[in-house]
Amino acid sequence: MTSPAAIPEPQEAARLVPTPAPALSIDGVSHVYGPRRALIDVSFNVQPASFTALLGLNGAGKSTLFSLITRLFGIQSGRVGIFGHDISKSPGEALRLLGVVFQPRTLDLDLSLTQNLLYHAALHGISRREAAARSADLLGRIGLEDRAGSKVRDLSGGQMRRLEIARALLHRPRLLLLDEPTVGLDVKARADIISQVRQLVTEQGIGVLWATHLFDEIVPSDDLVVLHQGKVLAQGPMSRVITEAGAQDVNTAFMRLTGAQTMPGGGA
Amino acid sequence: MSSITTREAPRGFSAAEYMTCLTGIVWREGLRFLHQRERFVSALVRPLVWLFIFAAGFRQVLGISIIPPYETYILYEVYIAPGLMAMIQLFNGMQSSLSMVYDREMGNMRTLLVSPLPRGFLLFCKLLAGTAVSLLQVYAFLLIAWFWDITPPSSGYLTVLPALILSGLMLGSLGMLISSGIKQLENFAGVMNFVIFPMFFASSALYPLWRVQEGSPYLYYLCEVNPFTHAVELVRFALYGQINWISLAVVAACTVVFMIGAIWAYDPSRGLARRGPPGGE
Repeated sequence: MTSPAAIPEPQEAARLVPTPAPALSIDGVSHVYGPRRALIDVSFNVQPASFTALLGLNGAGKSTLFSLITRLFGIQSGRVGIFGHDISKSPGEALRLLGVVFQPRTLDLDLSLTQNLLYHAALHGISRREAAARSADLLGRIGLEDRAGSKVRDLSGGQMRRLEIARALLHRPRLLLLDEPTVGLDVKARADIISQVRQLVTEQGIGVLWATHLFDEIVPSDDLVVLHQGKVLAQGPMSRVITEAGAQDVNTAFMRLTGAQTMPGGGA
Repeated sequence: MSSITTREAPRGFSAAEYMTCLTGIVWREGLRFLHQRERFVSALVRPLVWLFIFAAGFRQVLGISIIPPYETYILYEVYIAPGLMAMIQLFNGMQSSLSMVYDREMGNMRTLLVSPLPRGFLLFCKLLAGTAVSLLQVYAFLLIAWFWDITPPSSGYLTVLPALILSGLMLGSLGMLISSGIKQLENFAGVMNFVIFPMFFASSALYPLWRVQEGSPYLYYLCEVNPFTHAVELVRFALYGQINWISLAVVAACTVVFMIGAIWAYDPSRGLARRGPPGGE
């Protein structure tokens, strides 16, 4: 039984151009811990094949937001969608398109690199044979193929991070979340990881949400979301955010935006 | 509306994917167990201390009359063996819960919980994996106990297996339920004091309940409603090829209740959400 309204008129149908769902859509999300408001009406999108930097100081609400997107916490209000799949209503379909690198290390230190990857693959229902092939391929791409059998404990901090990124890509997600992935790494390891992730955006069209408080990790072509005390203060292409804040660089723009919260009338 | 938003077609999960996930979780738990040899040794030493020292010392103090499932007079060591088997599982279940708190702190739990498969299924896999590890410990104990003249009928080693699986699941899901309420590692000491010791001592593991009843009727009732008593009795009867139906019913019912409780507590919109901000903030 089809109601007449369900069939669009010819001219209306022509106007209905299907637009692909954003890789990640955050829509009016708020979250409280008891009396403390961690997120207040947060909304933004991450497009496929884009690098979006989520910029905020410690305590801005970045980790809470990540916990909501990865379904560690339930959504209290608002909506989170991954390629159109509502994380609360169809978590399985949403999570299978999502790869995530958490801020704390989440590897099994006593298991080998390959064992860590195989375990992750199993959690995504990827057969052992397929998983072994993908693991070998990914280890090759991050230059750790000769360490496949060593214990993770013996890796350096930068190598562990690269392994975690490889692991997050094992099930071929199309959205990748990284929560301050370069914290505690040296300059070279940081540069390696940033270029590895940027390559994923340009070559594989993966949408990336990169949470950071380090301004030098962002380049002008990136999209920016400025999160401060649980609120989105600015969003859009980096150049626009800087111009709108009346600043010359992202550092000043950020200080002006966040400083404006505590110093009314200040800035400019 | 001038545009419509498309979304990826949902494709669900096949039985093979569920199976891969289950074997992967059990495999990982097994690997971790092999890497923690001291955990295996201490899991074995604990019941052996009870068996070699406590039971030997107590043998003369406590006389055991003929009670089912035993058909002859038995030594005290023989009486407490099933209790010690259940104790191994009790400790293992609580230790798995410790590992979940630890995992959650270390972030490993996050890896598990962002799997796209249903969360209840993931937790069930985790329980099965923990139970499998407890079976290894129990059979290693039985092997050593055999040299100590604790020799149940050889078919008993097989008939006790389903009982051990069920009691392992019950104690594991109880541990998981408790772990969902623990925020910090140190609280495991509290679990020892308030859960493990009372459950173990207020049960039929160390003394038959009719003797308890002579001493204190109240303690007897407490022992009767203690699910651990029924885990012990289920294992005791199964080891001699018999079924204690009441214990089976109690253990099965408790398993279901604890498991539903644990899955409920790990639901993102409930248990976990009540906690404070994540560690990373």
